[in-house]
Amino acid sequence: MSSRTAARPATSVGRGASGLDERLTIAAPLRRTLNKVFPDHWSFLLGEIALYSFIILLLTGTYLTFFFDASMQEIAYEGSYAPLRGIEMSRAYATSLDISFDVRGGLLIRQIHHWAALLFVASIVVHLMRTFFTGAFRKPREANWVIGVGLLVLGLLEGVFGYSLTDDLLSGTGLRIINAIFLSIPVVGTWLSFAIFDGEFPGTVIIGRFYILHVLLIPGILLALISAHLLLVVKNKHTQYPGAGRTEDNVVGKRMFPVFAAKSTGFFMVVFGILAALGGLVQINPIWLYGPYNPSQVSAGSQPDWYIGFLDGSTRLFPPWDINLFGYNIPPLFWPTIVLPGLLFTLLALYPFIEATLTKDREYHNLLQRPRDVPVRTAIGAMALSFYVVLWISGGNDLIADKFNISLNAMTWIGRIGLIVVPPIAYWVAYRMCLGLQMHDREVLEHGVETGIIRRLPHGEFIEVHQPLGQVDAHGHGSLQYGGAPVPKRMNHVGGMTRAVKGFFTPLEEPPARPVTSEDEKQAELTGSGRPKAPEA
Amino acid sequence: MPGNPPQPGSGPSDADLARMSREDLVTLGGEMDGVKVIYAEQPVEPGSAAERRAERQVAAAFTGAGLSALAFMVIFVAWPWQVETGGDPSGLAVLYTPLLGLTMGSALTLVGVGAVLWAKKLMPYEVAVQERHEGASPEIERQTTAATLVSGATSTGIARRTVVKRSLGFGGLMLGLMAVFPLGGLIKKPGNALYETPWEPGMRLLTLKGLPIRPQDMRPGSLQTVFPAVAGGARSADGVSMLIRLLPQQAADFRPREGQEDFHWNDFVAYSKICTHAGCPVSLYEQETARILCPCHQSQFVATDGARSIFGPATRSLPQLPVEVDDDGYFVAKSDYLEPIGPAFWERSS
Repeated sequence: MSSRTAARPATSVGRGASGLDERLTIAAPLRRTLNKVFPDHWSFLLGEIALYSFIILLLTGTYLTFFFDASMQEIAYEGSYAPLRGIEMSRAYATSLDISFDVRGGLLIRQIHHWAALLFVASIVVHLMRTFFTGAFRKPREANWVIGVGLLVLGLLEGVFGYSLTDDLLSGTGLRIINAIFLSIPVVGTWLSFAIFDGEFPGTVIIGRFYILHVLLIPGILLALISAHLLLVVKNKHTQYPGAGRTEDNVVGKRMFPVFAAKSTGFFMVVFGILAALGGLVQINPIWLYGPYNPSQVSAGSQPDWYIGFLDGSTRLFPPWDINLFGYNIPPLFWPTIVLPGLLFTLLALYPFIEATLTKDREYHNLLQRPRDVPVRTAIGAMALSFYVVLWISGGNDLIADKFNISLNAMTWIGRIGLIVVPPIAYWVAYRMCLGLQMHDREVLEHGVETGIIRRLPHGEFIEVHQPLGQVDAHGHGSLQYGGAPVPKRMNHVGGMTRAVKGFFTPLEEPPARPVTSEDEKQAELTGSGRPKAPEA
Repeated sequence: MPGNPPQPGSGPSDADLARMSREDLVTLGGEMDGVKVIYAEQPVEPGSAAERRAERQVAAAFTGAGLSALAFMVIFVAWPWQVETGGDPSGLAVLYTPLLGLTMGSALTLVGVGAVLWAKKLMPYEVAVQERHEGASPEIERQTTAATLVSGATSTGIARRTVVKRSLGFGGLMLGLMAVFPLGGLIKKPGNALYETPWEPGMRLLTLKGLPIRPQDMRPGSLQTVFPAVAGGARSADGVSMLIRLLPQQAADFRPREGQEDFHWNDFVAYSKICTHAGCPVSLYEQETARILCPCHQSQFVATDGARSIFGPATRSLPQLPVEVDDDGYFVAKSDYLEPIGPAFWERSS
């Protein structure tokens, strides 16, 4: 446009910035980034927690690789943990013990890494639920939903590979089950299992192979997918909840710089801080108590990390149905560990397309929906969640049977029956709750907010005073239409787009709205029904 | 169109820019990016007591963060930390990791709290609105791009040069297959590995400590995990077995599987310890009911009934190891297992 060099600014910072712009022509994109508007809602921070956990996983995981040796070579343990000294174990387990006992601060980092992994998957799941129940996956964001489901699946795999590495009794038992799952695949299972384990279980290479998947291949794919996920959010801009001034064609919120950036940085630090405190104060996966892996041993109550619990549950509940065809065998293990998760995640990934097909909705959607406004979707979500929760509880059914003194076999049958009975009930309950909430919103729009003020009318009748939210007609009915936004239900919720009145149970500041004044009374006297009397002609 | 830089000549000149205040420039930049701040409010009055209080809170958080980080470094270096070496008479070393976590956690959290307080209490509260420009591109862009694409593709002649197209498809397919072929290096022939275990006729049953077992070593109702007498037998993933001595009335009720009537020795039975469901060691034995429970997925087997599976996801009985007592009075295997032990697989005909 103009000359290639610009005027020389007065300050050194300015000169630096000017020099950078002369080389990269970065002023316009930088300003656009600083000006980018982010909508402000707590539920938009759930995905951020997953992102921050991932960064913490990369940092702590890199540290752990300095000390970990993914070797299955048998050695006698010589480290400082006395109860295991002299015992034969793999180098993988011995170096994991060394990280815990012979590396200064190693236990802290190992435990932060494990906690961060649990939080990573948990925040993905909650973020996914938010996206599902608010309809944020609709056009134009279907691709990002699919990427998100991919991230969830990879996150689960990454976790499994990670906790398999320490080669203690618990993780070795997990490896044995993984081997059995590969073996159960029809036609290729045996060959696949032998290819992965380099022969019969356990072999001597599986830890090394899982290690390279855990530290290079899967994190690489995760990083690429997370980048794509974020780029698509920037490209499509953020969704927003309906509210004052919010339309399909704008984003209402705060500019990236400085408020949103400051809050996000602060939030990252808080997430990291909580994980660090957990890593130091709350013990997780105490591998030294389990001892080295031995195929002949297992401890009762063996549990995988929480995110694999649902598959453990499905495996426990599945009936012993063996299929024999022409001299070949499909073991019952195949269905709950390969087919079921395959189906669940495929359905999950395809959900946006299924919904769009069924509702014939091809429109753009930047405004989110409240779960109550889409009862069918919310009910489907509740059904899926209850199915998942029954599986997850069944993954610990032996612990529940033990703690609550219930028969283990009864717990299994409760899970089997619950898996079929509970989801439809959850569907119905969620559906009715959505309708009830919708009706209450419409009631408030029509009759106003409950003020908590009881008035006694001249003829002795008591009525409750309602604060209308807007203009009322002759019958005292509000004329406001429901717009998909939260309807104020308490007096200190009434307000426009200014800051919310502080206070959790009671307002700390005077609410700006006035319930009923003498002015109002003059205009329209309240009648027995709580409606203002029709003005006399 | 907002969001795009103004066309040359349409925006303010360089002289105009020089006259504009910083606020004017911010507003102009916002307009260019389609962003408008429609509401702004200072959370605290400048110079007020509330502002000074907020400042103190932010400063306290950042100072606390610095002190916590300092404490972390001091503890990291100076606190006794090795627990099990016997060099910890004070017992302070067990606090090492908790203290590190506490100080690191509070340092990081306090930085975060300070930043959030700063943003919420001292930075202006604003409501900004940004225009969205999504959806299909303007028709002119779509038409010209499509034309460019199609014209380029047409000029290669791919559509009509059938021979080129087919040979390219063939080459691409073969190259794709070639790319996965090196994975063939992973393949290992299963052979008979899943059908065999280290057990051999006459091989002694050893305990974990490597000692042979005589019938009088076990009380009725007890279970002993046994290993084949080969090198590394105690870590054998397929040879590990259970020798169970049934209670007298259980021995009387014992119903062997068909064709395995002579696999047990008096009131002793031996089964594979590897669950036929997912390969966990079936570790829990209930003496009174002679039930064997797998702790992984709760499959249950009855020792008096040929280790038949009676509950849970397992289908098959635990394979039985034929045993007898040799001339020296020790338990030995009469042969290897007659069927594959452990989880089922495709080729296995049950």
